[in-house]
Amino acid sequence: MINETKKRMIDVQNIQFIYPHANEEENVIALEGVDFHIDKGEFVGIIGHNGSGKSTLSKLLNAIIFPTKGDVLVNGMNTKDREHLWDIRQTAGMVFQNPDNQLVATIVEEDVAFGPENLGVPPLEIRERVDRALATVEMQAYAHQKPHQLSGGQKQRIAIAGILAMEPECIIFDEPTAMLDPSGRREVMATIKKLNRDKNMTVIHITHYMSEIIDADRIIVLDKGKIVMEGTPEKIFKNVLALKEIGLDVPQMTELAFELRKEGIDIRDNILSIEEMVAALCQ
Amino acid sequence: MLKDVTIGQYYPTGSIIHKLDPRTKILFTTAFVVILFFINNLWGYLAVFGLLAIIILMSKIPVGYILRGIKGLVLIILLTVILNLFMTPGTIIASIGPFNITMEGAKIATFMALRLIFLVIGTSVMTLTTSPIDLTDGMEWSMRFIPFVRRFAHELAMMMSIALRFIPTLMEETDRIMKAQKARGANFETGNIISRAKNLIPILVPLFISAFRRADELATAMEARCYRGGENRTRMKQLVFAGRDVAAFVVMFVMVVGLLATTMINIPLLFPV
Amino acid sequence: MSVEIKKLTHIYSQGTPFEFQALKDIDITIEDGSFVGIIGHTGSGKSTLIQHLNGLLVPTSGTVVVDGLDIFAGKKSDLIQLRHRIGLVFQYPEHQLFEETVYKDVAFGPKNQGLSAAEVDQRVRKSIKMVGLDYDEVKDKSPFELSGGQMRRVAIAGVLAMEPSVLILDEPTAGLDPRGRDEILAQIKTMHQKNKNTVILVSHSMEDIGKLVEKILVMNEGEIVYYDTPNRVFTEIETLEKIGLAVPEVTYLMGKLKKKFPEIREDIFTVEAAKNEILRVIRG
Repeated sequence: MINETKKRMIDVQNIQFIYPHANEEENVIALEGVDFHIDKGEFVGIIGHNGSGKSTLSKLLNAIIFPTKGDVLVNGMNTKDREHLWDIRQTAGMVFQNPDNQLVATIVEEDVAFGPENLGVPPLEIRERVDRALATVEMQAYAHQKPHQLSGGQKQRIAIAGILAMEPECIIFDEPTAMLDPSGRREVMATIKKLNRDKNMTVIHITHYMSEIIDADRIIVLDKGKIVMEGTPEKIFKNVLALKEIGLDVPQMTELAFELRKEGIDIRDNILSIEEMVAALCQ
Repeated sequence: MLKDVTIGQYYPTGSIIHKLDPRTKILFTTAFVVILFFINNLWGYLAVFGLLAIIILMSKIPVGYILRGIKGLVLIILLTVILNLFMTPGTIIASIGPFNITMEGAKIATFMALRLIFLVIGTSVMTLTTSPIDLTDGMEWSMRFIPFVRRFAHELAMMMSIALRFIPTLMEETDRIMKAQKARGANFETGNIISRAKNLIPILVPLFISAFRRADELATAMEARCYRGGENRTRMKQLVFAGRDVAAFVVMFVMVVGLLATTMINIPLLFPV
Repeated sequence: MSVEIKKLTHIYSQGTPFEFQALKDIDITIEDGSFVGIIGHTGSGKSTLIQHLNGLLVPTSGTVVVDGLDIFAGKKSDLIQLRHRIGLVFQYPEHQLFEETVYKDVAFGPKNQGLSAAEVDQRVRKSIKMVGLDYDEVKDKSPFELSGGQMRRVAIAGVLAMEPSVLILDEPTAGLDPRGRDEILAQIKTMHQKNKNTVILVSHSMEDIGKLVEKILVMNEGEIVYYDTPNRVFTEIETLEKIGLAVPEVTYLMGKLKKKFPEIREDIFTVEAAKNEILRVIRG
């Protein structure tokens, strides 16, 4: 039992969240009965259409908002516990959708330093952390540039470096690729996957792009504020019709496998990548 | 018109003046501005001219670029000169129609004009040689010495720095919104003042909404990065005085003493003492 | 309306250290009633190009001829008239909404065209329906109380209400969820089929482009790489990858299947076509 809790990065316990409205009858229930946990080192994808409660959930994990019912524990700390507020935000960093609206400083390295400066880290150590974080996202060459001269993908990598410099254990990505072009998306996804693989960072990745999470450890599907599916990508994506029903996509290869099966071709229904499809058709 | 005002537009050349600590430059400029008001004869202004010339040469900023900064102020300077020239009573030295020019008027007008010009050049040398971020840091430090403002020094500096960060973003945004409305047939180029002002609504409303949305998102992002005001905050870059700053302070001391000494000179230059 | 782009060159900040040539000698014709997709990575010159088509940007050299009329040769008032016939939907168009109600916002364009109140009313109703919104439900709402996807539709309706003969859309689905994306694309397609107007779609999504357009314009560093049918363009995988683009996943798949099934066609870019082709070669 003790081991079990030590492993837990995030524990969401049967939460509800209501956006209050002046007129109580018009209160919006954004999340209801949401209950899951995420272990240290896991890569978890969260999908759902706009308005399904994904963004609300991400803000709850970072103690920006608090559940109306139930509890959220980050590394064993309850987000409602004011005392731990800053520890929680330091432990579970967050990267947002709009790359422009999360960079604070006029110089890249000053921006990366913003988090540790807030934490009161000594100047020399901040310097080290900033250099390390910029190296991890491969942006050292841009340390003295102005953020507005960078591409969208580069700005997001700076935002990630800014979180890394706070030395968190977990990063929540709230649709970090939604506003990027394909090459920006590739850059950012490569960085996120590297953090999870090489630095054992716990990653929660919220997205609309199914191809970004085909190699996640686990996927959570939200619809109308509730968890409707949870499991490995293979298990989730084979429910082609159910996903389409709630306004989501499946990876193109999974859809093709589904269509071929409908025509009576005998192949697996949990194919995710081109390689798997080639293997299945060429056997 | 706005483009002509060079005050505040950082012009990097990497000179020794650029490398000075921003606090040194703020102190130096403050001393310079104050002392400027004590100077009471042309010897003094001659000395100021020499001093500024040396500093500008050292800063490696093209003189033409600095002088363009005054262009926007020509009107104000002219107005000051004309008012002083004709309105000061004293010994009449010339008359144009009903207007008399007095010796005292000529003296005050010359001094005022010189004072304004040197004031603008002196302060713009500071902003031209100091990056906005250094300037903000320097301001934050110097605000600590002003009562009442002291308490908000960090917040004011943070606001300045965020404003600097978002100016280019909002400029681009304005351009995009303007084009989008033009594509919907909006016309910003013709019509009288009232209709032109009305035509700005389709630009201003989206711009304000966007600015508020950005502010809101930025605030959330800052909170998520543990921002909680200036308390217990450290800085990666500490301002450190270097040898060149000590040298600058010596120059400053010499400037103050030297310029004050010029006020004692009793030999007339152009104007009687 | 046909759009001829003739030797179009655009240089930003000419004569300054920031000088940047965004377009080099672009020379193509977009035929009346066609559906053209423009692809190219960020900075390839797509946005600069489309802003010339309705005169928002003035070329450094070269020109654009719409229906036989040189748009940069005439008076400024002619240019404003032209903008009424060439609709341009910018990226994130919901950021241009400003009126108190959806109705008023959609009416902004037609009013600028100087149409009668009755005509404006009819256009507003029609275009709100065209983007799949319920006219009676949304007309009196503030655009700012709608969801992101709905705001996007209202903004698109605002351009459609001007009934442009050429409609240019810059990334109309950016940031939308899959359903929102599919619905908007379907509406654009239906509208194109019904009104027979010329549609130019700028997109990063090869899958969307593959599903919709008749011709693809591929741009790189201000120049045209290809201007051809999807069949021809999407089989040039190597060149596309070299300029930072990709082809739809199914197209890659076909290339890989060629080893086992040499007779398989490679000019496939939708799931539907891929299914049929695989069935054909497997069943023989």
